Amino acid sequence: MTNEARAFGYLTQPEIRFLDAAVARLIPADELGPGAKEAGVTYFIDQQLASVWGSHGRNYRMGPWPAGTPQQGFQSRLTPREIYRAAIREANLHCLRQYGKAFEFLAPELQDEVLAGLENGGVELASLSSKLFFGLLLRNTMEGYFADPIYGGNRDKAGWRLIGFPGVPVANYNDLIDEHNVPYRVEPVSILDIEQGRVALDSQGLPRHVRLKGVGENGR
Amino acid sequence: MTASRLKPVDAVIVGTGIVGSILAKELADAGLKVVALERGRPVDPQHDFAAPYTYDELKYDRHSDIFQDLSRETITFRNNVGETALPMREMGSFKPGEAVGGTALHWGTHSRRLLPWDFETRSRTVERYGKRHVPEDCTSQDWGVTFEELEPYYDQFEHLYGVGGKAGNLNGVIQPGGNPFEGPRSREFPNPPSPMTYAGTMFATACRELGYHPHVNPVAAQTQAYLNPYKLMLGQCLRGGFCSSHACSMGAKANPLTTVMPALAKQANFELRPLSNVIKVNLDSDRSRATGVTYLDARGREFEQPAELVILAAYTFNNVRLMLLSGIGEPYDPVANRGVVGRNYSYQSAGRVNCFFEEKSFNPFMGGGARGTAIDEYNGDNFDHAGLDFFGGAYIAVASSGAMPIRSIHVPPGTPKWGAEWKRAAARYYQRNFTVRLHGACQSYRQNYLDLDPTYRDANGLPLLRMTFDWGDNERVASAWIVKKAEEIARAMNPSRMSAQPTAGHYDIVPYQSTHNMGGAVMGADPATSAVNKYLQSWDVSNVFVIGGSAFPQNSANPPTATIGTLACWAADAIKDQYLKRPGALV
Repeated sequence: MTNEARAFGYLTQPEIRFLDAAVARLIPADELGPGAKEAGVTYFIDQQLASVWGSHGRNYRMGPWPAGTPQQGFQSRLTPREIYRAAIREANLHCLRQYGKAFEFLAPELQDEVLAGLENGGVELASLSSKLFFGLLLRNTMEGYFADPIYGGNRDKAGWRLIGFPGVPVANYNDLIDEHNVPYRVEPVSILDIEQGRVALDSQGLPRHVRLKGVGENGR
Repeated sequence: MTASRLKPVDAVIVGTGIVGSILAKELADAGLKVVALERGRPVDPQHDFAAPYTYDELKYDRHSDIFQDLSRETITFRNNVGETALPMREMGSFKPGEAVGGTALHWGTHSRRLLPWDFETRSRTVERYGKRHVPEDCTSQDWGVTFEELEPYYDQFEHLYGVGGKAGNLNGVIQPGGNPFEGPRSREFPNPPSPMTYAGTMFATACRELGYHPHVNPVAAQTQAYLNPYKLMLGQCLRGGFCSSHACSMGAKANPLTTVMPALAKQANFELRPLSNVIKVNLDSDRSRATGVTYLDARGREFEQPAELVILAAYTFNNVRLMLLSGIGEPYDPVANRGVVGRNYSYQSAGRVNCFFEEKSFNPFMGGGARGTAIDEYNGDNFDHAGLDFFGGAYIAVASSGAMPIRSIHVPPGTPKWGAEWKRAAARYYQRNFTVRLHGACQSYRQNYLDLDPTYRDANGLPLLRMTFDWGDNERVASAWIVKKAEEIARAMNPSRMSAQPTAGHYDIVPYQSTHNMGGAVMGADPATSAVNKYLQSWDVSNVFVIGGSAFPQNSANPPTATIGTLACWAADAIKDQYLKRPGALV
């Protein structure tokens, strides 16, 4: 991705730095390839927060708002936008009090400790349940790493390359079903690739895949 | 606000899903002036759902606008009467649809028939095992209609929807390769079965070694190009995944938009009104006859549509809610144990065994619809329950519906949920795992029911439907017992690791399970325990038919959709052949 205009529609600069650091721990860059930060997951989350979903526009939002049982599901009066805003500020306050630094400046091991504390409720936040925030952050990180790159995450199809997901299918999978135990490894094709004219389409609007050689080795 | 009164029609149909579309077509063909009212938006499938834009998991599986908009209307939920029901604020356990075509727009296409036993659950259980085998609080009952009566209509629906499969029982003769436990069918499926995947073949081999009879799931994702009886052409499924939750860009998924609506659109005596939300069935002064329905259009204007015949063909929840809001039938009271509307709500139990392998590659993204391989030995009463603490069962299957990357990454038990170790496991095992799944029955109980919520309201100020539901011990015990059988099959496939999860604990509305919400306006032979008779006609208001998942007295293991379509064909014939000739109670 070069010269792509990327307006952050909702997040502030400190929030962006917090999320860059956090998603880099949830899915780290390593010898297997880019992590969530490199894949643009922070930008993806920003776009999701700026969307109808970010204000729970299709969720039922009338009260009263008792907490309910875990089986009754999401009952917070906060929207995802409000959850991220309050939780990031308060998690950073926790880090400042505990370690004298904001989250983004902590060593990776300490960052993992804070994230684990948010996940299991060990780190308490003033305005909301830390588990509520962590659950949303992990869910959005996975979405951003594996959704079509057209949403701004999964940059260069990093998530799909990691697992060997081919993206938009081709028309001849029916012919390949009988090739048992033969890994089908291709250069993944995204909707973004097609939009940007990088891939030729057949008459049904489906791409052709280019098969990769030499993958399926080193344990993947 | 006073409603504007529109010109009367012969029949008004609420909803345009599987049931509404079939009823509209059949009644329009019979010459009736038919209006269908649909709360959802109109859809132009060819352009709205074009490739490559349908291959978008975030848009369709996560934030889909073909699912119900909960900001306007949802349900409330609690596990038991001791709790306060709270609104389902976001979509989770199930995904009702909201568009022309209804929930079937995004269904998974699994098209099993119910077993003959399923229609006579209570009487056959009592007959074989005695009264004490049925839990005291269990209200499961016979349907009032038999498999034999419905068979021609299963056949009609399967040909309408182009179901692909292999018969296991043709007119009583067991057929090799099919499901030997199915009820006798009068002819073969209209389309061939789909070939098994590698995972399906491994499962089938293991099952055969253990003495079971594996077979391919019948699916309504077309296994070849198909011309249906309404002269509509469906395309072949390419097995590119992105099926359940999604609309199909290949026109290969049988649904109201591909199988019925284009034929209907040409008929001058049919009118479709989308964005029209029915809020009430209007009754005459002695409440024995419906005069039509009241609905709100997109601008919120109120209209009264007079009609001779009212067909409620909405999703389970809305059929029941409209009956309650309109005062049709006696609302169910779980304390007094009387009344029928809202009684016998049930869901779908499950269970799974995740299997991980080291030297295998399954190409899990190649799949479509409910393609898969199954065994039926533990379904219904196909096995002896003597000495067991439950009745009913599950089928066990390996599905290949196309593993989408956000929702289908499974890692071995004990793997952290995030971090470097998770990443390594995701990379290694996405291609090297599959799940052996139970699709299980769910009996009905006195304490599981639907009624109107006393607190929460929809955008129009009307009370939301309230669901009170939890698993019965029968379902927990059945799932645990059958999961053990699934584990034996899994072990025979030599996975390096596996993890088993039966249906257990309390029902949880958060994780997606299935959109198989059943009952609440059940059919039956006795007006004291059913809301509609065997022809889906209201016992109390004879010109109202209530057709759909709402009519199931309990849920069987097999998915409900083919039976819902079959009930639509059955009710349509009853209306055409009997009711129109002599309007009034058919029973």
